[in-house]
Amino acid sequence: MSDAPLLALRGINKSFGVVNVLYDVDLTIYPGQVTALVGDNGAGKSTLVKAIAGIYPADSGDYLFEGKPVSVHSPKDAAALGIEVVYQDLALCENLDIVENMFLGREKKNGLFLDETTMESSAREVLASLSVRTVKSVRQSVSSLSGGQRQTVAIAKSALWKSKVVLLDEPTAALGVAQTRQVLDLVRRLADQGVGVLLISHNLTDVFEVADRITALYLGRVAADVAVKDVTSTQVVELITTGHSDGIAAPSTPAASV
Amino acid sequence: MTDITTDADEAGFASDLTQSNTLGESIRAYVSRVRGGDMGALPSIFGLVVLFIVFGIANDRFLSNLNMANLAAQSGSIIILTMAIIPVLLLGEIDLSAGVAGGVSACVMGLLIVKHDQQWWIAVLAALVTGAVIGFVIGVLVAKLGIPSFVVTLAFFLGLQGATLKLIGEGGSVRIDQPVISGIANNNMSVMWGWISAIAVIVVFAALRLLRHRRKVSQGLQHQPFAVVVAQVVALAAAVLVVTDVLNQNRSVNVNFPISGVPYVIPVIVVLLVVWTLILSRTTWGRHVYAIGGNAEAARRAGINVDLVRISVFMACTAMAAISGIVEASYGGKVSTTSGGGNTLLYAVGAAVIGGTSLFGGRGKASNAIVGGLVIATIVNGLGLLAQAAYLNYVVNGVVLLLAASVDAISRRRRSATGLG
Repeated sequence: MSDAPLLALRGINKSFGVVNVLYDVDLTIYPGQVTALVGDNGAGKSTLVKAIAGIYPADSGDYLFEGKPVSVHSPKDAAALGIEVVYQDLALCENLDIVENMFLGREKKNGLFLDETTMESSAREVLASLSVRTVKSVRQSVSSLSGGQRQTVAIAKSALWKSKVVLLDEPTAALGVAQTRQVLDLVRRLADQGVGVLLISHNLTDVFEVADRITALYLGRVAADVAVKDVTSTQVVELITTGHSDGIAAPSTPAASV
Repeated sequence: MTDITTDADEAGFASDLTQSNTLGESIRAYVSRVRGGDMGALPSIFGLVVLFIVFGIANDRFLSNLNMANLAAQSGSIIILTMAIIPVLLLGEIDLSAGVAGGVSACVMGLLIVKHDQQWWIAVLAALVTGAVIGFVIGVLVAKLGIPSFVVTLAFFLGLQGATLKLIGEGGSVRIDQPVISGIANNNMSVMWGWISAIAVIVVFAALRLLRHRRKVSQGLQHQPFAVVVAQVVALAAAVLVVTDVLNQNRSVNVNFPISGVPYVIPVIVVLLVVWTLILSRTTWGRHVYAIGGNAEAARRAGINVDLVRISVFMACTAMAAISGIVEASYGGKVSTTSGGGNTLLYAVGAAVIGGTSLFGGRGKASNAIVGGLVIATIVNGLGLLAQAAYLNYVVNGVVLLLAASVDAISRRRRSATGLG
C-alpha cells in the first residue's frame, strides 16, 4: 500500500437518537483499489455509505480527502469532491437513452441548445475505455437494457464524470451469473483507471473475486480491515457473524467485545 | 466505415454502430417497433385518412375548399391547446383547467380592448401573464404542497369558470372585432405570400435535416440512413404543398367575392410547433421534463430541481392555453361565459393521446398536437356537417378518447413486454 489513501474516515460516530449506529469507525479507500465493505444486515454499512455521501453527516470523527480534512454535509459537497454513489435501485430514466442518462443533470450545452455531438462522443469514448461491449448502441433507450447493462450504464456514468471515489451499493444483488461477471469486470477496470472503489456487498464470492481489501463491520464497529490475500472466506464469515476471527488482529480500536 | 468505428472495434466496443444500417433494415426495424407497441403517430395518421374518406363519402361538402379552410381555422385553437397540455402530460401530470384558463385569459384580453381601449398587443400580453400566473399557482400547489394535479386543476376548472362569469357578467359575451385579433382566424395570407412561405418552410426544413445528417456522419455519431432523411423531407414537402395548394384555391360560394389564401392561424401554429419542438428536444429544460416524466426520483438524484421544472411546466402550459383562448376568441368573434369550458380540455387531452403522447408521462412530442388536433377537429367538423343530433357528438368524442387511451395503455404494455423504448 504505497499509495496515499484517497479517502480516509477516522473515528466516525453516528447515532440516531439514543441508538448508536457507528462507533469509532475507521475506513480507508486507496486509489486504484477495490475496498469491500462487508457486514450483516444492521451492521451499519448503509449508514456509513450515507455518511460518506453526505446524506447523514457523521456526529463526530475526521473526514480526510486526499490527506486534507474536509467537511461533507450534503450530497453536493460529496459530488464536488468527486465522490459518486451508484445506488442499488440505479435511478435511471427508462424513457431516455444511454447518452441522455449519463449526462442527466449535467448536460453539455452549445449556447442555448444541447450539445449532442460532444455528449454522444464522450459517452461512447467512456464506454469503450471500460470495454463495455454489451450495449448495441449508445442511443438505445434504457428500458431496452437488461439489469446488468443498466448497472453498467450507472457505473460508466461515474467514470464519465472522472469521479475519484465511487461507492457501489450491492451492484450485483439482482443480477444473473453472466451479468454479475460483466459488472465485476467493469468494477475492476474502473479501479485500474485509478478510481478508489468502495464495494458494498453481501456476496463473498464477488468480494473475493474483485476486492483488494476488506473492511468488515460488526454491530457498528470495524471488526477487521485486512487485505484479501490475508484472509479466507470462512474467516470473513466469522468476522461478519461474530465480530472476530482467530488469527486476525482487530484494528486499533478494539471491537471484539461488545 | 469511418475511422471512429475502427477505434471502437479495437476497444472491444464493436457492436455499437453509428449507422442504423441500410434503408431496408431501418424499415424492418420500424415495422418491428410498431408491432412491439411503439406506434408513435401512426394510428392517428391512419385515423385521419379514414375520417376523411368516411366524411367525404357521407357529405359532398366535407372535402370542399371552403370546408377545408374552415377546418384549418377550426382546428387552430384545439391544436394550440394540445401543444399546451403536452408538456404537462410528459411530466405524467394533467391540467384539467387549461381550457378555462385560456377562456379567462382571452376574457382579460377582450375586456382590456373593449372596455379599457388598450392596444391589442398590451391586451395579448396581459392574457399571457394571466395564464402564467394561474399556472404558477397550480404548479406551486402541485409541486410544493403535493396535491395531485388532477384535484388541483379540477378545482381550478370550476373556480375559473366562476371567474369568467364574474368578469363578463351572466349570459353576456365580449365581442372581439379588433382587426388584428379577429384576423388571426378569419383573414388569409395573399396567395403569393402563401406559396413563398410554404417554399421557405420546405427549404429550411430540408437544409436543417441535411446539415444535421452531414454533421452526424462526419462526427461519427449515430444517424439515420440518408434515404430516411430524404423520405422525411419529401413527406413534409408533399404535405405542405398540398395544404397550401388547397387553401390557395378560390373557396368562395359567391363568384364576385373570391376568397383564397392560407389563414394566418396556420403560420402561428407552425411557429409554435417549431419553438416547442426546439424547447422539448434541444434544451436542458426539455430534457429534464422528459426525465421527470420517466423517473422523478432519478431526476432528483441527478441534481435536477424537480419542483422548479414542475412549476415552470404548469406556467408554460397555461400561458400557451391563453394563446389558444385568444385564437378561439378570434375564430368565434367573441369571448363568452362558457369559453374554454365544456369538453374543450378533453378534446385537447384526446388529441394529445391520439397524436402519440402517453398519459403515463415521459413520451410524446410537440408535433403530436398537429395530427391529434386535426383528428379531433375533423370529427367535430364532419359531424357538424352531417347535422347529427348533439348527443352523437358527445358519444363519438367520448368513444374516440377512450379508444386513444386504450391504444396508449396497450402499446405501453407491449413496450414493456418487448423491452422497447
